[in-house]
Amino acid sequence: MTAQEQPAETTVLAINRPVNWLEHLVGHDAYRTLKGLATNPVSVIGLILLGMFLFVAAAAPVLAPPVSKDDPYNIPRDGYGAVPKVPGTEWKTRQPPLPFWWKAVTGKDQWVHLMGTASGQWDIYYGVIWGTRTALFAGLTITLAGVLIGVTIGAVSAYYGGAVDMILMRITDLFQAFPFLLTAMTLSAVLTPRLGKGLLAPMIALIVFSWMGFARLLRSDILSLREREYVLAARVVGVRDSRILFRHILPNAIFPTLVLASMRIGSYAITFAGLSFLGIGAEVGFADWGQLLSFARDWMTQLAEYWYIIVFPGVTLVLFVLSWNLVGDALRDVLDPRLQGSR
Amino acid sequence: MTIAAPATPQTDSREVVLRVENLKKYFPIHRGVFQTHVGDVKAVDGISFTVHRGETLGLVGESGCGKTTAGRTIIRLYEPTAGRVDFLGTDMATLKGEGLRHIRQKMQMIFQDPYASLNPRMSVLRIVGEPLEVFHIAAGEERKERVAQLLELVGLNPDFMRRYPHEFSGGQRQRIGLARSLALNPDLIICDEPISALDVSIQAQVVNLLEDLQEKLGLTYVFIAHDLSMVRHISNRVAVMYLGKIMELTDRDTLYSNPQHPYTQALLSAVPVPDPVIEEKRQRIILEGDLPSPAHPPKGCNFNTRCPKAFDTCFDVDPDIVQIAPGHFCACHLVKGQA
Repeated sequence: MTAQEQPAETTVLAINRPVNWLEHLVGHDAYRTLKGLATNPVSVIGLILLGMFLFVAAAAPVLAPPVSKDDPYNIPRDGYGAVPKVPGTEWKTRQPPLPFWWKAVTGKDQWVHLMGTASGQWDIYYGVIWGTRTALFAGLTITLAGVLIGVTIGAVSAYYGGAVDMILMRITDLFQAFPFLLTAMTLSAVLTPRLGKGLLAPMIALIVFSWMGFARLLRSDILSLREREYVLAARVVGVRDSRILFRHILPNAIFPTLVLASMRIGSYAITFAGLSFLGIGAEVGFADWGQLLSFARDWMTQLAEYWYIIVFPGVTLVLFVLSWNLVGDALRDVLDPRLQGSR
Repeated sequence: MTIAAPATPQTDSREVVLRVENLKKYFPIHRGVFQTHVGDVKAVDGISFTVHRGETLGLVGESGCGKTTAGRTIIRLYEPTAGRVDFLGTDMATLKGEGLRHIRQKMQMIFQDPYASLNPRMSVLRIVGEPLEVFHIAAGEERKERVAQLLELVGLNPDFMRRYPHEFSGGQRQRIGLARSLALNPDLIICDEPISALDVSIQAQVVNLLEDLQEKLGLTYVFIAHDLSMVRHISNRVAVMYLGKIMELTDRDTLYSNPQHPYTQALLSAVPVPDPVIEEKRQRIILEGDLPSPAHPPKGCNFNTRCPKAFDTCFDVDPDIVQIAPGHFCACHLVKGQA
């Protein structure tokens, strides 16, 4: 062994990296995540879409002023006729307050059905705008509750192991053994008479069957990380168990779960819409995309003529799911520092 | 197997830092729905040795012989099944909780895989500074200063401390791991194949660094490896392990010039000689077969399934490790112990 000490490799990287104000403010990890999200084209598209949905949800009262301020989620209807009306048809009965920008843009005093009306004269535009709030609320709440339950069960299971792990994982298996949509439908139908018609019953039904994926994913990630050399190294240098769990294991184990969660938000929103479509979700007339699609059911054979009753709510739903999936994909790439160099 | 720990050779009067006595680590095998205990993987099956202050003990053996398990059991990452680990006068094998945490400050470890041994989400400052933080040795600017010193000590530029592990090469990461293990001023470092994942050129740098640090800081090493020439370079004494047991233990020069155990002889004959003339003429001992499963070790001597010199006794009686010359221990029926 006659190699020279003073190896070249130790002196190559002598760069003092500048730290900008944002990095100072939010810390290196968060800054890297933000920077990654802002420079990845996929995530930029996803974020733009998501931003549009958030804007629509926030600006709903301005974009589509409700007939009654106490009940804004009620889709206004223009009569009771069965035949849908094309976009641009003027409001005849029970016209909602005219938005100020409509007059500014068109100069008219007459409010129209921007996206037409569905069967039963429900206004599609109102349904899409206010339905954005419903989709965001349902998707986020279901996922958040599912993640909380899943993370708790997964972490407890992996941390204690043994009998606790065995019991919790068999319970998880039990929940997973049921076909998701069928049991969620059944539970929703069972809960509705007890909790009343509304968002609560279908959301609880979805939450009850949503957490297993998160629990199993987190548990397996913790188990594989527990034997990693850097965890062993932390034990050797005297780091206590709780700190190892929260500093070394969870920060590395939680990200796949968060990525899965961000992708699930879209799919829970679509499942919730599915329940509404089937009539066991939101009540009739409540602004919800699934509800709008169900109004289109009777006219499925004549979509060439009445395309707008399915295209507007359908495309909105697809874009919503797409935006979360794109953001989830990008998050996965950004949050894994090993992939960092490849961009 | 072993009754007493091999005694200190007369030539070495330095303080004994680590004395391992009859250390065993069995991993239980559970089967079936009720997880019945059906057997054990005898990864480490009664090893004994001593390490003196300032020396390097090499621990060699092929993959799966239990050398990594031995290292991890000594530092108590694994619970020992039996035996004593006497470190600076304390039995580490029975310590728990805080007591263990504190004594372990003086015994540290560097790991094999430099890509897996550093937390990818922590900067170098936090990785190297963590031991200082959890033992409340230094905080804030003081910690930064200390980390900078440690990085300089292992030949890294302290300006790197805000960087993350993936921004470094394998050799640099191994230096970071070394800096972390030095943070608590240890007496003993267990090096678990610290160089086998590295490029040959980088291996030499890291080994030289280890030697420099030993001289500078008076460190004691247990150096686990499978590369015989590297062990020869760095060790003062060498223990050869096979299937959870120590087969031969002696000082480096004796081991390489006068190996007594058939396994050691076979291992050494596998090291290529960098001289084509000698290499061509040289007789190599080729071992047949694979390492037997440590869950079902053979009856008698562990090595009898592959030993070219095995005779009847070897298949019945497990040989004790005996002293055959001052400081030279061997577990084989073919060699005679000294009274």
